[in-house]
Amino acid sequence: MSKVIEGFYYSESHEFVKVEGNIAIVGITDYAQQQLGNVVYVDMPEVDDEVSQGEDFGAVESVKAASDLISPVSGTVVEVNTALEEHPELINEDAFENWIMKVEMSDAGELANLLDAKGYEAICH
Amino acid sequence: MEEKKTCLYDKHVALGAKMSPFGGFIMPIEYSSIIEEHNAVRNNCGMFDVSHMGEVFVSGNDAEKFVNYIFTNDITDAPIGKIYYGMMLNPAGGVVDDLLVYKIRENYFLLVINAANIDKDVAWISHNATEFDVVVNNQSDHFGQLAVQGPEAEGIVKDVLKFDVAPLEFYTFAIYNNGNEDILVSRTGYTGEDGFEIYGSHAYIVEAWDKFLATGKVAPCGLGCRDTLRFEAALPLYGHELTDEITPIEAGLGMFVKLDKPDFIGRDVIERQKTEGVSKKVVGIEIKDRAIPRAGYDIEVEGRKIGTVTTGYHTISTDRSVCLALIDSTYAKLDTPVDVRIRKKVFPGTVVKKKFYEKKYKK
Repeated sequence: MSKVIEGFYYSESHEFVKVEGNIAIVGITDYAQQQLGNVVYVDMPEVDDEVSQGEDFGAVESVKAASDLISPVSGTVVEVNTALEEHPELINEDAFENWIMKVEMSDAGELANLLDAKGYEAICH
Repeated sequence: MEEKKTCLYDKHVALGAKMSPFGGFIMPIEYSSIIEEHNAVRNNCGMFDVSHMGEVFVSGNDAEKFVNYIFTNDITDAPIGKIYYGMMLNPAGGVVDDLLVYKIRENYFLLVINAANIDKDVAWISHNATEFDVVVNNQSDHFGQLAVQGPEAEGIVKDVLKFDVAPLEFYTFAIYNNGNEDILVSRTGYTGEDGFEIYGSHAYIVEAWDKFLATGKVAPCGLGCRDTLRFEAALPLYGHELTDEITPIEAGLGMFVKLDKPDFIGRDVIERQKTEGVSKKVVGIEIKDRAIPRAGYDIEVEGRKIGTVTTGYHTISTDRSVCLALIDSTYAKLDTPVDVRIRKKVFPGTVVKKKFYEKKYKK
């Protein structure tokens, strides 16, 4: 069974958002990493890139396939998780701990478009 | 279309495999992880359910003549117990399928074909057989098949099946009897490692699967690592490096097409390509980045598309981002710089040797 964390926001495309003030910490969910299998590459945005809710901001690649990453929020990338450059497999070890990017949100109201833990759990099967 | 199940379907589900459609069957993709399973085959031993593969028997007075007519390799006066890899071609030289031909006895052959092509191949073989004194017998639904692969395969197969497979040379087979039925075991595979493929009834294959698993020395392996293993060893996959529109010469598999044998379908085109050269070719390309060139991505030179990736991975055994690609042969020479377009970015790459891993067959 995959893990879901209370208090996080979730997209239907299996990204999570952990909110700290105006910063959205974005990654892929435990369910997503299980479905992908071994993660071997994360195509990350760069700091200062603008991202928009619903638009792709990179990709996460398992051994067998590339999956687009869809930004759950809009704003400016303020940090990317450079540890994933050398160790993409950290996502398999703990997807919620090993976030991909931090975004300074331009419209925190957009979070209302996302699912809560319960809503997300319902779409994972 | 409703996918078919192999005789081992329940075993895969019980082991918690991720299942996915492949070649008209619902097949296991991975049990633990592709990387673990891949390494089990490279370092120890893994087994694959390959019961989806097709088995077609060709017999009759003209069997040798007929198989030679539809097959690119030369089976003239072949010894009994020998296996040949090659292709069936259409008249334009494109590949109908790639296959193994087993010579069971004089004028009696087993053709092992790809699951996705069973209907097409049987129709093709039957259509071309009308002028020959042969019987074409598709037994695909009656056979199960296991591939046991890896450096420890020989000892394990011997212990578990109680057949002395050690004397088998690469690309040969023997038929053993277990008291109930004949079991065919060949020293073949699709991983670049030593190993065996075992053909028997569904009941036998299910029993063999359980026995191999019970040793604790054989990792169940899915089609995920079957693809990474065969790719590293530069073994082609039908639908990727080979299609109805790609000839064996374009695919770089000319060594499996013999021109000094009796006439065969597609021969004219192959002979012309062997002398005049080809306009497109399957090559290896490496990029110096962790990004992965995937099937379908464009290969470019100065912003102009010159080809398409057929299979690509970040290799597990050699840690390289490499692909096989069908490109304009002008650029096919080793060390030629070419670009790979991956999503929105272009990555500089180089034409390299297709073998990304040195095969470890027992000769």
